[in-house]
Amino acid sequence: MDVKPRNILIIIIIIALAYFMIKPGSDYERIEIAGSTSVQPVAEKLAEEYMKDHPDVRINVQGGGSGMGIRTAQQGVVDIGTSSKALKPDERDGLKEYVIGKDGIVIAVNHQNPVNDLTTEQLRDIFSGKIRNWKEVGGPDAEIHVIVREEGSGTRSSFKSLVMKDEKIRSDAIVQGSTESVKQAIKSDPYAVGFVSMAHMSSDVKALEVNGITPSETTVADGSYPLVVPFEFITKGEPVGVVKDFIDWVFSPEGQAIIRSQKVVPAIANVSDDT
Amino acid sequence: MISKTRENLIEKGLFITAIFSIIAILLIITFIFREGIPILQDYGVINFIFGMDWAPSDGKYGVFTMIVGSICITLLSLAIAVPLSILCAIFMAEVAPEIMRKILKPVIETLAAIPSVVYGFFGLIVLVPYVRTNIGGTGFGMLTAALILTVMIMPTIISVSEDAIRSVPLEYKEASLALGATHWQTIRKVIFPAAIPGIITSIILGMGRAIGETLAVIMVAGNVTQIPSSILDPVRALTSNIALEMGYATGLHYSALFGTAIILFALIMVLLVVANYFHYKKKVVIGGGYL
Repeated sequence: MDVKPRNILIIIIIIALAYFMIKPGSDYERIEIAGSTSVQPVAEKLAEEYMKDHPDVRINVQGGGSGMGIRTAQQGVVDIGTSSKALKPDERDGLKEYVIGKDGIVIAVNHQNPVNDLTTEQLRDIFSGKIRNWKEVGGPDAEIHVIVREEGSGTRSSFKSLVMKDEKIRSDAIVQGSTESVKQAIKSDPYAVGFVSMAHMSSDVKALEVNGITPSETTVADGSYPLVVPFEFITKGEPVGVVKDFIDWVFSPEGQAIIRSQKVVPAIANVSDDT
Repeated sequence: MISKTRENLIEKGLFITAIFSIIAILLIITFIFREGIPILQDYGVINFIFGMDWAPSDGKYGVFTMIVGSICITLLSLAIAVPLSILCAIFMAEVAPEIMRKILKPVIETLAAIPSVVYGFFGLIVLVPYVRTNIGGTGFGMLTAALILTVMIMPTIISVSEDAIRSVPLEYKEASLALGATHWQTIRKVIFPAAIPGIITSIILGMGRAIGETLAVIMVAGNVTQIPSSILDPVRALTSNIALEMGYATGLHYSALFGTAIILFALIMVLLVVANYFHYKKKVVIGGGYL
């Protein structure tokens, strides 16, 4: 059968119809939130509770990574960008940062591992590949299986800037695509070590002390635990209307209680003074 | 007159449904190439394809290790799955009693219906520790990924091969048996050769699934960008690379992931052409027609 112009026309009409069927309508006030995958669960919970009290507001929370959160907030594509790292000075231009909470990065090992404490220097050497055997840090004579997150993960980039400084993570480290699979991998391997965010920590794996400090809500809140990441909301300029109302609500006792329920350490309302 | 209009309408309707897949694939190809071209231009085709280093944060985008990774995982899983599946298909089509077949067939179909994330999770918590304690390495690696893929592609290969074997005309079998050949001789010398084109098709389908599988492979392959020196070494497949980093990528990195998709696309094309060549070469021609 020949392709006639009429057939092509029919196809175009069908595609156009499909497009109009899929296009969303809108009767609500909408808040678009996107960014860090570490902040995402907290933001989702906050959105859910906020929408219960404000049925006329629809909040849509997406992941994408801290970089995307900063970029889309800058471009005005989203109302609130989320980030699990503080903005660099050159990224700050016209943006407002709200630290809604703090999370710790926990160094996790298998429960059978006798090692309890590592220094940040030892961590750097382990993850860069200088230390390759557990006996060098007081453990059994066994090869260290390093498990990391994929390039771009919020936890990975926080870990890199907090621990690795200028060193590179060893290129033959096992890469896992989610916190949960990192934990599963460590749970089943007595010689594995990895990092997970404190919000996702569970008793499946053992948390190590870093520089002698146990990761806990107190040590994260007072900053004595060395591996702390801020959870930030980022807006372009001063927020207005429903977005402002939502952010104010997040910093209210009610909002902070929800943040706490997500195992994130709440922050006192502190807005950066960059603009 | 009315029936003519109706006839015409039905024809058009069928035409649209038929052409839909072509439109879909053209749109996908256009999109992938449009997004992937920048990396090929800026980074260079040769650097991109044969580069050994993948470190987007340092601006290094070489996918060669992943091409090797994808091919190794796929070939290893085919090497395990194809003999098992073909023997299973022969058993089901020729040897098994009807009752056995009635049990086996739905079980194998169920295997195909399990979502890949379930396979991946099973691999992560059962297979990875098993391989680590009994075979060696970290457990994350080519062998584990290939084993999971084997289970995933076997149902496809078995079902399609079985249909191919069953569609060999009964006359062939009767003629062979009438000449005094045993059942096994008939299977080996008559039925199997006649069914080869269909079996090759089944292998192509299985291979397509293996090379395209993403989630299960991400969970068990270790995702390290290196050339494996043994089957226990962790590797990263092309698909895993796209899925792992897509959520974060921007700019050239984003384009590099689409570049990865172009490579994957080209790889699948090459494999399809090779497979089709064998498919046509092995065709059994009988009196002008073929099976």
